[in-house]
Amino acid sequence: MIARGKNASDLFPAVVKNVACKNIEVKKLVYVYLVRYAEEQQDLALLSISTFQRGLKDPNQLIRASALRVLSSIRVTIIVPIMMLAIKEAASDMSPYVRKTAAHAIPKLHSLDPEQKDQLIEVIEKLLADKTTLVAGSVVMAFEEVCPDRIDLIHKNYRKLCNLLIDVEEWGQVVIINMLTRYARTQFLNPNINEEEDKKAEPATLAKRKPYVMDPDHRLLLRNTKPLLQSRNAAVVMAVAQLYFHLAPKAEVGIIAKALVRLMRSHSEVQYVVLQNVATMSIKRRGMFEPYLKSFYIRSTDPTQIKVLKLEVLTNLANETNISTILREFQTYIKSMDKDFVAASIQAIGRCATNIGEVRDTCLNGLVQLLSNRDELVVAESVVVIKKLLQMQPEQHSDIIKHMAKLIDNIQVPMARASILWLIGEYCEHVPKIAPDVLRKMAKSFTNEEDIVKLQIINLAAKLYLTNSKQSKLLTQYVLNLAKYDQNYDIRDRARFIRQLIVPTDKSGALSKYAKKLFLALKPAPVLESPFKDRDHFQLGSLSHLLNAKAAGYQELPNWPESAPDPSVRNVEVKDSVCAERTVLTGPEGAGVLLLQTTRGSSNMQDLPKKLLISLFHRMSHVLLHHSHSEQSSSAEDRKRGRKAVKNQKSASESESESESSESEEESEEESEEESESDTNVRKKRVRLDWNRIPAYYFMNTLHYIQYTTLAPSGSIKMYELLHRIKGEGLAVEYCFSRQPFSPEPNMVAVQIQFTNNTNSETKNLHIEDPRLQSGMRIREFAEIGLQPSESVTVVMGIDFCDSTQAANFQLCTHTRKFFVSIQPPVGELMTPAFLTENDFKKEQGKLMGMNEILEKLTLGEKCVNEHVIVERVTATANLSRVPCGSDKECRFAGKTVSSGCLVLVTVTTKEGGGAQLTVNCEKMLIGTMLVKDILQALSQ
Amino acid sequence: MIHSLFLVNASGDIFLEKHWKSVVSRSVCDYFFEALERATEPENVPPVIPTPHHFLINVLRHRIYFVAVIQSEVPPLFVIEFLHRVVDTFQDYFGVCSEAAIKDNVVVVYELLEEMLDNGFPLATESNILKELIKPPTILRTVVNTITGSTNVGEQLPTGQLSVVPWRRTGVKYTNNEAYFDVVEEIDAIIDKSGSTITAEIQGVIDACVKLTGMPDLTLSFMNPRLLDDVSFHPCVRFKRWEAERILSFIPPDGNFRLLSYHVSSQNLVAIPVYVKHNISFREGSSQGRFELTLGPKQTMGKAVESVLVSSQLPRGVLNANLSPSQGTYTFDPVTKLLSWDVGKINPQKLPSLKGSVSLQTGASKPDENPTINIQFKIQQLAISGLKVNRLDMYGEKYKPFKGIKYMTKAGKFQVRT
Repeated sequence: MIARGKNASDLFPAVVKNVACKNIEVKKLVYVYLVRYAEEQQDLALLSISTFQRGLKDPNQLIRASALRVLSSIRVTIIVPIMMLAIKEAASDMSPYVRKTAAHAIPKLHSLDPEQKDQLIEVIEKLLADKTTLVAGSVVMAFEEVCPDRIDLIHKNYRKLCNLLIDVEEWGQVVIINMLTRYARTQFLNPNINEEEDKKAEPATLAKRKPYVMDPDHRLLLRNTKPLLQSRNAAVVMAVAQLYFHLAPKAEVGIIAKALVRLMRSHSEVQYVVLQNVATMSIKRRGMFEPYLKSFYIRSTDPTQIKVLKLEVLTNLANETNISTILREFQTYIKSMDKDFVAASIQAIGRCATNIGEVRDTCLNGLVQLLSNRDELVVAESVVVIKKLLQMQPEQHSDIIKHMAKLIDNIQVPMARASILWLIGEYCEHVPKIAPDVLRKMAKSFTNEEDIVKLQIINLAAKLYLTNSKQSKLLTQYVLNLAKYDQNYDIRDRARFIRQLIVPTDKSGALSKYAKKLFLALKPAPVLESPFKDRDHFQLGSLSHLLNAKAAGYQELPNWPESAPDPSVRNVEVKDSVCAERTVLTGPEGAGVLLLQTTRGSSNMQDLPKKLLISLFHRMSHVLLHHSHSEQSSSAEDRKRGRKAVKNQKSASESESESESSESEEESEEESEEESESDTNVRKKRVRLDWNRIPAYYFMNTLHYIQYTTLAPSGSIKMYELLHRIKGEGLAVEYCFSRQPFSPEPNMVAVQIQFTNNTNSETKNLHIEDPRLQSGMRIREFAEIGLQPSESVTVVMGIDFCDSTQAANFQLCTHTRKFFVSIQPPVGELMTPAFLTENDFKKEQGKLMGMNEILEKLTLGEKCVNEHVIVERVTATANLSRVPCGSDKECRFAGKTVSSGCLVLVTVTTKEGGGAQLTVNCEKMLIGTMLVKDILQALSQ
Repeated sequence: MIHSLFLVNASGDIFLEKHWKSVVSRSVCDYFFEALERATEPENVPPVIPTPHHFLINVLRHRIYFVAVIQSEVPPLFVIEFLHRVVDTFQDYFGVCSEAAIKDNVVVVYELLEEMLDNGFPLATESNILKELIKPPTILRTVVNTITGSTNVGEQLPTGQLSVVPWRRTGVKYTNNEAYFDVVEEIDAIIDKSGSTITAEIQGVIDACVKLTGMPDLTLSFMNPRLLDDVSFHPCVRFKRWEAERILSFIPPDGNFRLLSYHVSSQNLVAIPVYVKHNISFREGSSQGRFELTLGPKQTMGKAVESVLVSSQLPRGVLNANLSPSQGTYTFDPVTKLLSWDVGKINPQKLPSLKGSVSLQTGASKPDENPTINIQFKIQQLAISGLKVNRLDMYGEKYKPFKGIKYMTKAGKFQVRT
């Protein structure tokens, strides 16, 4: 009954009773009913609320979610406080699915009671910080509905949203992309600013203007949305297309054309919307669609609205080179059976002719030929278009005017007749002989004409009277007399007014002197332009753009700012623990190494565990944090693990702040236990006992990692020379790969650079300029620094090598000099450790067989006597972590490439007599081969 | 976002309505009916209709209009795409998406719509998740349900919604593990009067039917991946892998799905597998016109052209057609003026032809428009672009699946102008 639209509200009490029913299907249908009629029967609806409240506390996350969903859908104002409470609670629920539902509930509550806005914004803010893909789409949708102007809430989450985007479900993607487009418009500079202003700007200001540098966050957005052009969902593709159109530099916009052309194959409704947008785009960026010109050719089976839009696009795309093919196409369209479409084609020809001077004559000839067409509509339309064209250059075309004058006998369509008459009147000087004759004919048939034609006859008569009064005086008088007694008052008025103007009488006023000027003034030629010309001020792809009118709730696309707002607002505050850790680790050697040195040197063994443990915690939290970062960009099957890692990272940091969550308790327990131990080996065993506890397991894994890296000699972090002391005129620069995650951008390799000033004067303004990079590579520079004499300073910069060993070239500038330098990474530094269990390792290895596997036999070097040395050698060569393994003949290592997060798996199997086999599995074969070479070398030494 | 949905049948009756927010009166559809009346053809209704307070966005599928009511700004494609997804889901559930099928299963339809949208925002559109929530009706299940009193609604709430691979259910089991892939290519072309190609492009899809146990991880590689100019993927395909190596790597959804669709651009030369010789002429003054049509294969790589169907919209002035086909049958509808000729298979030794005369209305002058000829055909075992699958590998599971790949070429929008 609901489906048929009948009112079933009388049954309310009877139906609502069933809400407690066990049968799920009945329950669901009751929900449907309840949501539909609760508004009308508020009191009775309240009876059911307690059932949902109970549901909110259910241990099953899905029941919690559906209870919240129904509760928030009941539009009864009394329960607003209950809803608010439920939403707040759900927003901090453990399950991301419940949090997602909470995000959905926010706009519902907002529409029910807008006064709750402030509280809701708080919830939104909290949910925006959520790291799961499930929540992201829904919360941005809530953001758009409740507080689209609170752009400040996005700052902190911007980078996260960009990185998550590809994994969000498709509907969420659309919403997020649209929101980010608006955000980017307020936060970044216009990438095309230089090109657009070059036309107007004076040379002096040009010289002054700074070269445009794209904000790395802007680039991040463009890069992360690009793959979505390949989505199967047309709405997502359109959203990305509009983002590129509004935000990308001119040179990059082109890539969206291909995707949009692909959408044209879809359902006709999709085609319609896409064509509307293409029409707008093609006005501004014609070059973009030119290669796809043929895709816009019209088929006779297209619906009329699609045909007209395609025509529009074709007309916009027409230029000198392709006009002949386009015109040939148009000629076939004119023969179509669809008359509306034929009329539109003729208009399109007219527009091509006005826009492109060279073909004007051909077009005119073609149109004149159409005048002999049998179909009146076609003829009429061409007359109107010819009139517009002739107005542009009447001198050369008196023969066409003559031809048209002849036509007036045959054409019946009033608009066309009127157009011809107007033409003859306007250019009567070019056709002095014919004009009076036409007037004579028209005077004869005056009474039978349509109003619009009559008006033009009067016009013609007046003009003729002024130019050629000898021949047409009487005729004019006659026409005016006829008009005087016409039924239409408009025509009577016009006749009276014209008579006063042109016929000199004794009383004639001052105006009649100017009659000639009035009538025969030069009229500007009409401009034929596209109806899509100014539509691009609406955000493309939006409903408002489609209708060319603002729809309710449309958010204006802001203009680019003059100067970029502070980009640092987007910097995510790193948790305290990590900050602290960073200060420890930015020293030339990692903290662990440093600690190890102290232990080695120190005889005070009592101090060791405590210190080591502290550093362990620091290190672990960082490693895990990093782990979660790299996970975000990695492929689907890894996501789950990534999420776990995030959780762990949280708990790790929590444990430091000694919060009370159960997991952290567990760990702090360990902490205290371990404090009492002095032998690291014993500790290892203890932790291994905790194997089945997941958090502990991660903990242990980290221990492993730390143990091995710390065991590596401090020399294993090799310093490379960037600039020699002599060449650098006293400035010596060395760099090393610190193997720390580069926290501002997870997919960059951190390069630690040490500057030493060996001169006696201060070196100021040390900074990087003019990086020359392979495509795709990026550099995040360090802040400018200065050096006192004989001071030594260390900074960290990030380079995204795109998983290649290509060198990054740049200039190192001081206040006096510039040095060309380059950093080339060894392949082993392009990866970060990844943590896998033995099973995971085997599974992943199974996926990377065949081409992705490289096997190599080797003889171990003399010193490689035991497992320890092998591990040491391998981890020194490549930034990998060890994977636990049951067999002592095998050592396994895992890592991920920094940029793309491809897994790198290394296995070394030792055999009797110093032989060994090395297996490297990596999706990127190049990296794999290079890594094999490096490890081979390290092991056989 | 989406406020309400109305389903309107071909005769202009609303037979189903569903509201996700407060109720919108069905009188809002009057604006839609106005537009419907104005349109000459059913597909000429504008997809977006503005009314004073609402916006109506409609799609036409299977002779049913799906009219969504919108109150505020939302990307129109978002709504259109969603409506199509609804239709696809109905089709998936009921086999056909017709008025009768929807009316028969109104409860399931209502449950589906309830799950797909929450407060106007799409919630679960993945057919796998939906199927776990609401089981598709089958005869067997209806019988069982009536006897045992159980329902179509899944007792278990779906886990797919929570997983990282929302397109695949966990715990899938088959005794025969099989994976079939159909490479289907469609040629869109416009051929002009003289037989030269004006525009031609190939649109291809790879549809898959994968029935594999557990969580298999498949990779599919092509002999010549460079052919693919522009591709769009099912969300399961790992994009990075494709970018780097041009290999499709994915954990497949269970059952039928479209793995990817691609486009081979008009820049490449497209082989046109059939040619048409035509001679259609009307003489001035006479009430007869000549009509001759001959079809022939070309560039078919030795494969047979089958299921050929020629249709043409003749000018309005044509009264009747008196033709004789050398093979197959032809029909001419004097009302719609649609001529269609079911040719069947083209025999290269004996080319099919359709000859005869058409009679015009007496007194009417010679029609000046020329009919376009639409051609449909199928070629089995051939992908006209030359695309070839190299190999299919499975990881992650132990058993050996049965694999199969089929190629087919079809005519898409294939038109010959005369």
